[in-house]
Amino acid sequence: MKIAVCIKRVPDTELRFTIAADGQSLDSTGMKYEISTFDEYAVEAALRLNEAHGPGEVTVVGLGPAALGEQLRRAMSMGADRAIHLTADEVPFDGAAIAHALADALEGQSYDLILFGRNATDTGNGVVGPMVAHQLNLPCVTGISHLEIGAGQGTAKRVLEGAVETVTFPLPAVLTIDEGLGRPRIPSLKGIMGAKKKPLAESPAELGPVRVSVTALAPPPDRPPGRIVGQGADAVPELVRLLRDEAKVLS
Amino acid sequence: MTSILVFAETRENRLRQVAFEAITAARTAVDAAGGGEVHAMVAGSVGVGSVASDLGRYGADVALILEDAALERYNAEAVAATVAAQITAGGHRAALFSSSAEGRDIAPRVAGILGAPIAADVTAFTLDGDAITAVHPVYTGKAIATLRLEGTPAVLSQRPGAVSAVEAPRETTVESVRPAIDPASARVVVTQLGAAVGGTLDLGEAPVIVAGGRGLREAANFALVEALADAFGGTAAVGATRAVTDDGWRDPSVQIGQTGRLVSPDLYIAVGISGAIQHLAGMRTSKVIVAINRDKDAPIFTVADYGIVGDLFEVVPKLTEEIKAAVDHRPS
Repeated sequence: MKIAVCIKRVPDTELRFTIAADGQSLDSTGMKYEISTFDEYAVEAALRLNEAHGPGEVTVVGLGPAALGEQLRRAMSMGADRAIHLTADEVPFDGAAIAHALADALEGQSYDLILFGRNATDTGNGVVGPMVAHQLNLPCVTGISHLEIGAGQGTAKRVLEGAVETVTFPLPAVLTIDEGLGRPRIPSLKGIMGAKKKPLAESPAELGPVRVSVTALAPPPDRPPGRIVGQGADAVPELVRLLRDEAKVLS
Repeated sequence: MTSILVFAETRENRLRQVAFEAITAARTAVDAAGGGEVHAMVAGSVGVGSVASDLGRYGADVALILEDAALERYNAEAVAATVAAQITAGGHRAALFSSSAEGRDIAPRVAGILGAPIAADVTAFTLDGDAITAVHPVYTGKAIATLRLEGTPAVLSQRPGAVSAVEAPRETTVESVRPAIDPASARVVVTQLGAAVGGTLDLGEAPVIVAGGRGLREAANFALVEALADAFGGTAAVGATRAVTDDGWRDPSVQIGQTGRLVSPDLYIAVGISGAIQHLAGMRTSKVIVAINRDKDAPIFTVADYGIVGDLFEVVPKLTEEIKAAVDHRPS
């Protein structure tokens, strides 16, 4: 199958960071970046599909500054065949603006599947996949944790709150991937060396109009200092009294 | 006069708690902007219209009922097309969804159809003339962004639990709505809706969550966590850390953290959880946090309102007993 996977370069989620002096962005000093968690699951899902279903091609597509090349190369070192880098000095917060550029690049390329992570770990929006599907007039299934592809049709499972939904959809389709389809592989040395020779095409991103912007960024409010009620099981009666009389969560 | 259309989520023709939260938020935003109307739309199979009075109870002026035998199961394409058509026809200022699995799925489709700006998973918003200001946690909860959306209509989805539902009864006009496209034309078809692992009380709706981590030492010891949850008499759900779901002790769907569920219950009890940054991102907005851990320096105590330092194998059974007594004797 011909599969495109859209990936995003995001700050490493394990790092602590500080807000920049402008109060609208992160201080990039010492920042490390990675492929957004769910996007990496999507790359893995694409690789497994083609491993299971015979020959195919996996193209990774990203939008961002020159340094995004690191993440595109990493996806190719995992096994993707080629990369498309839509160049933009900055990635807007507005998912619709991003979707416009991605749809523009994906249109008419006859992909059987276009995969996304269920949401990026930086903005947490999760809107780009369905908006690309809308622009390309393709069926869309979001938040997939199980996937099977048959002749011209797929079956997927989505975990809802308190329920699991099974859906069928025709190909081509846009899918957004949750965890559950298999943990992303660690690139091998051979994969890393091979990725350097794989094709990476660059073209300017045709971003849509930006109508959603970040006007302020702040650390989350501190929780009021808590207290240690006591040590061991002897502290339980006092804890329950506090939950009932002070926190009032037992009434 | 301004108005907001709320997509009030149902499952099997019953309103979900997130629907009331969304109506309350829309009512508050419209009233703060000088007054206006809240239209609440439900979609479902024949009989879903019976929820109309509940929509009014939380402040909907108009209940829009999309009743169609073909909508017994979720149909994103037909619902999105119909919501978009209603927003255009009603000249609404904004559409508000819950950022539940269903709302997260429909909202961007509606924004796509309308060419509207969208903000997902907001915790608060206000209508400010031509713009909408919204608050949205970013970087997996490690920062809070204030957003400005320009353009009418706009699409928003609201984080479950971010706003408490408040009754504000109104006289409600009930209108029936036709699907904007034939539901049978949808390309994506739901063939089955099954129960989730761990029961039907969802982490996003449970007032109490009891979560377990590696400190439980092995999968079988989760029985302690389940017993504590049971002591709350049906109001508590069980969650787990990523370490625990990665090890296969619990189903991945109950993982709480930046790659799992983001929860804000009234009471969160962390049992044997050290408090890795990725776990804290998923639960730090809980209203009251209790931590039980043998290590007094565990990071979980930095976010806990109440902590007990000790062996969970002694503390949890005692707590289960005391909670059961307190819950059984509460005034009804």
